[in-house]
Amino acid sequence: MTAIGLIAINVFRESVRDKVLYNLVFFALLLIGASYLIGQLTAGQDVKIIKDLGLSATSVFGLFIAVFIGIGLVSKEVERKSVYSLLAKPIHRYQMIAGKYAGLTLTLLVNIAIMTLALYAVLAYMAWGVSDEVQRTWDAPALDPTMLKAFALILVELMIVTAIALFFSTFSTPILSAAFTFGLFIAGHLSEDLRNFQQVVDSPAAARLARALYWVLPNLAQFDVKAQVVHAQPVPVGYMMLTSGYAALYIAVLLISAIAIFSRRDFK
Amino acid sequence: MKKDLLKLAGLLALVAALMTAAVEVEATRERAYRAAAEDDSTLYVRSSGAARRLALAYPALAADIYWIRAIQYYGGTKQHLQADLALAPPPKLSRDASVDYPLLYPLLDLTTSLDPRFHVAYRFGAVFLAEPFPNGPGRPDLAVELLEKGLRERPDKWEYMEDIGFVHYWYTHDYAKAAFWFAKAADLPGAPWWIRSLAATTLAQGGDRQSSRQMWAAIRESAEIDWLKQDAERRLVQLNALDQIDQLNARVDAFVQGTGQRPGNWASLVRAGFIQGIPLDPTGTPYELSSEGRVLLSQRSRLWPLPEEPAATSRRQ
Repeated sequence: MTAIGLIAINVFRESVRDKVLYNLVFFALLLIGASYLIGQLTAGQDVKIIKDLGLSATSVFGLFIAVFIGIGLVSKEVERKSVYSLLAKPIHRYQMIAGKYAGLTLTLLVNIAIMTLALYAVLAYMAWGVSDEVQRTWDAPALDPTMLKAFALILVELMIVTAIALFFSTFSTPILSAAFTFGLFIAGHLSEDLRNFQQVVDSPAAARLARALYWVLPNLAQFDVKAQVVHAQPVPVGYMMLTSGYAALYIAVLLISAIAIFSRRDFK
Repeated sequence: MKKDLLKLAGLLALVAALMTAAVEVEATRERAYRAAAEDDSTLYVRSSGAARRLALAYPALAADIYWIRAIQYYGGTKQHLQADLALAPPPKLSRDASVDYPLLYPLLDLTTSLDPRFHVAYRFGAVFLAEPFPNGPGRPDLAVELLEKGLRERPDKWEYMEDIGFVHYWYTHDYAKAAFWFAKAADLPGAPWWIRSLAATTLAQGGDRQSSRQMWAAIRESAEIDWLKQDAERRLVQLNALDQIDQLNARVDAFVQGTGQRPGNWASLVRAGFIQGIPLDPTGTPYELSSEGRVLLSQRSRLWPLPEEPAATSRRQ
């Protein structure tokens, strides 16, 4: 456990050293710039649009971090040959994979936490001085705590993406790993079409294959509750639990597979 | 240390000089070879299903982008048409107004498909669509379609029913349908008390200017969105202009009766003492006098075009 923790902290430190958290500056500038510009461009929908923008930017920035750091977690160690010195230490290969995964998850958690605070700060500024009468017309209050549910599910989704990237990183090149991960991210958001594939094809075999793919591919669309929270629609705790449970199991499958592949790799 | 600073300053100066030169070359090229104006009236994705798929995890953000585009498109087209009219006023409503805003409905449809709970897109969008030329494409049918789409998503929204009633009342003059929708809206929880009496008034005296005035005054008082308040205020001023035109027409008629001829211009009426000066509409734009001796609102006025009144429509027919 200690080894996993040490590797995780090291991954986090490395991402800080690699200036990954600089994306927070872009995020802050984007929100501040948008909060000014949106008022000039739209007809009184500033708060809704800033919420949409903040949540989407959190997801996009997180996606790029998860993919581009995730694909290098193992392959970079192999390329640099630092994997030899790492494995020469008294640590198991599974500890290395788990530690790397935990480290990147920690980076994402810190990143999302700061972005959440930044979005709430911008929303507080936008709502400041706005009359109660106008605020009543908004679907949800500017500082709606329900938005935290959307942030939580964004993190959970990114944890799956990180696991996918790490999985490919154990046996493929960084470029291919990035392509596969983005491919699965896109497929994961279109999985509903696979479910209803029998409506557009006549072949029962093709429909069965599509249905099988639907169950096997990660269903990422379920983690998107951004529109619901912005419109103050309920996101039940049961829903959060089930989606998080699905994510935990899917991540476990990916990490176990990654460990299995990495354990069998010969670095001689 | 000092040497390093000098080096850095020199480097910065070089970068600034090169950048300035690049900008100057670009400006020279633009002056010499002016690029053709880009046609931005293109909508690459028209299918709402395709748009949803392309948006992946970000349909709400895509809806915001389409909404901003719809507003810019509507405002830009309106401004452009009004500028054209100011240069060369065409005969009133002689053209097919729907061809001037071809992308408005597709943009609003995409916005509301990507974010089916985009409240303002339904309400503002319906007004944009129903407005007659040049302020809109003059398509109340599409306005009702958009609002009905909103109702399919949120059957509890009395505001959409109220808006459908207004479209029938104000643009298509179908008072039976307007009263039906007002009554339907009044049955929903949260609807303001005056909608029920509006339904009754509409059925009894639909098209009557006084009932229109009551309706818009009630909307102005109750609208929670600034833009809707301003729109209601504009409608009320339009009704005032209609009153003024009636009064001026009565004076023109009196002039015709008294002199036996039509006034050629306002000066004839002023000289005869029927009016004190060139009459101005509530926005300060002079009224026009047609060769048939009828008072008209200028097409340059911000109030133009005035709503068609049922009595006026039947008179013209």
